Amino acid sequence: MTRKEIFDALIEIVTEINPDEDWSTLTADESLRGKLESMDFLDVVMEIRKRYGIEVPEADYGKLGTMNSCVDYLFPKLSVK
Amino acid sequence: MKSDRERVVITGVGLTAPNGNSLSEFRSNLLNGVSGVVPYSVRYFGETIAGLCNFEATRYQKRKELRVGTHAGSISIYCVNEAIADAGLQLDQDYARNRVGVFIGITEHGNVETENEIYELSKYDYQTKYWSHYHNPRTVANNPAGEVTLNLSLTGPHFTLGAACAAGNLGIVTGVQQVLLGEVDVAFAGGVSESPQTFGIFAAFASQTALASHEDPAKASRPFDMARNGIVVSEGGAIVVLERLDKAKARGAKIYGEIAGWCYNSDASDMVLPNPERQAECMKIAIQRAEMTPRDIDLINTHATGTPMGDVRECQAIAAVFDQTCDHTFVNNTKSFIGHCMGAAGALELVGNLPAFDDGIVHPTINVDELDPRCELPGLVLNQPREAGKINAILNNSFGMMGINCVLIVKRFEA
Repeated sequence: MTRKEIFDALIEIVTEINPDEDWSTLTADESLRGKLESMDFLDVVMEIRKRYGIEVPEADYGKLGTMNSCVDYLFPKLSVK
Repeated sequence: MKSDRERVVITGVGLTAPNGNSLSEFRSNLLNGVSGVVPYSVRYFGETIAGLCNFEATRYQKRKELRVGTHAGSISIYCVNEAIADAGLQLDQDYARNRVGVFIGITEHGNVETENEIYELSKYDYQTKYWSHYHNPRTVANNPAGEVTLNLSLTGPHFTLGAACAAGNLGIVTGVQQVLLGEVDVAFAGGVSESPQTFGIFAAFASQTALASHEDPAKASRPFDMARNGIVVSEGGAIVVLERLDKAKARGAKIYGEIAGWCYNSDASDMVLPNPERQAECMKIAIQRAEMTPRDIDLINTHATGTPMGDVRECQAIAAVFDQTCDHTFVNNTKSFIGHCMGAAGALELVGNLPAFDDGIVHPTINVDELDPRCELPGLVLNQPREAGKINAILNNSFGMMGINCVLIVKRFEA
């Protein structure tokens, strides 16, 4: 997957998690965690696990702070998929 | 003579039933013989029939709340919000949110969510790391009432009452008690059910040979009829607003009726077969506590579910309490229209009869083509509504598995 595809996939995931929020304006550097409740964030982790078989250990949760950091974290794992 | 502070009245009603999403719609359909039972297909079990609700959940919930919450929670939220609107209640202005309590009867809770979760898990080879983190908050027994407090930012007490199919009545009784105890100033109380969303209840009733079937779903729920063959599983909810009379008067509230008396007891004789002696005792005590005699009861809404044995036993119990001198005691049944709404049943069936205080009409029990002679009670209103004249007191029966009985009497409000 390209970085753009990963970004779009993440937008799709958070839109499903909270469909009441307008995610179209989310910028790459904006805090993702700030727009998600704690249980929502666990949903993101679960969806990554379900869709891509990628485990995000709790120690790495801090690396998923913004969309950019999420893409940075996931790109090496998904670029071969 | 009780003071107004010791009297509790019903000032609002919110409901969703298989044949109506407001009291006016529900009542109209009860008077016009409109059933809410439809064909239904449920996972693993297959084709069957059920009573399903079609309420507008997004009227009171965001889409995210619907995604993470439960169906029982959604039914509860809809009913409570509708009850508040019906009561003309202004939270914060009429009552502080920490003086509001939510008390909801449930037959069971968590089966739907657990079945769904296991089904999802099956897609991942049953690896538990795919088990949802929402499972616990969805399945805690207080979930339906708790979702209401989250939705409305209510900070008073909330809990559910696990009371099998007596739960709807017990939810209301508990609300009354909490108001009288001074634990809350206003209670949102009643019962809910999401039962048709689980295959287990259908399979279990089928195994028990107690699941209704009929080529015409609208005729499947037929208490007291010779051809009855079991229960129609249904969902729904009914919540009433309960206030002390002095406070209801102070805000000029519309009053549907006054809580007159109640009783709850246990059969202690069988897990599923009802005990008419204990049911009769429950009715007698409720009548005594209401400071009435059986002759004072104008309308009995029966619990009868359409099982061969259960209906007969309830009729035996009623006959033991109400003799031939009770010549203005009418008897009806609501499940014949909507099936068995489980935890919601008692509350829904009560509120569907409250308009009788105003219109003097007793809705019938429908689908009785050939009355079982063992169910032939004198005041039974069959198939067509009856102009009954003045209705002063309604006795509502609700009974459930494990031998739990709850009888609630509501009387016409007289200032």
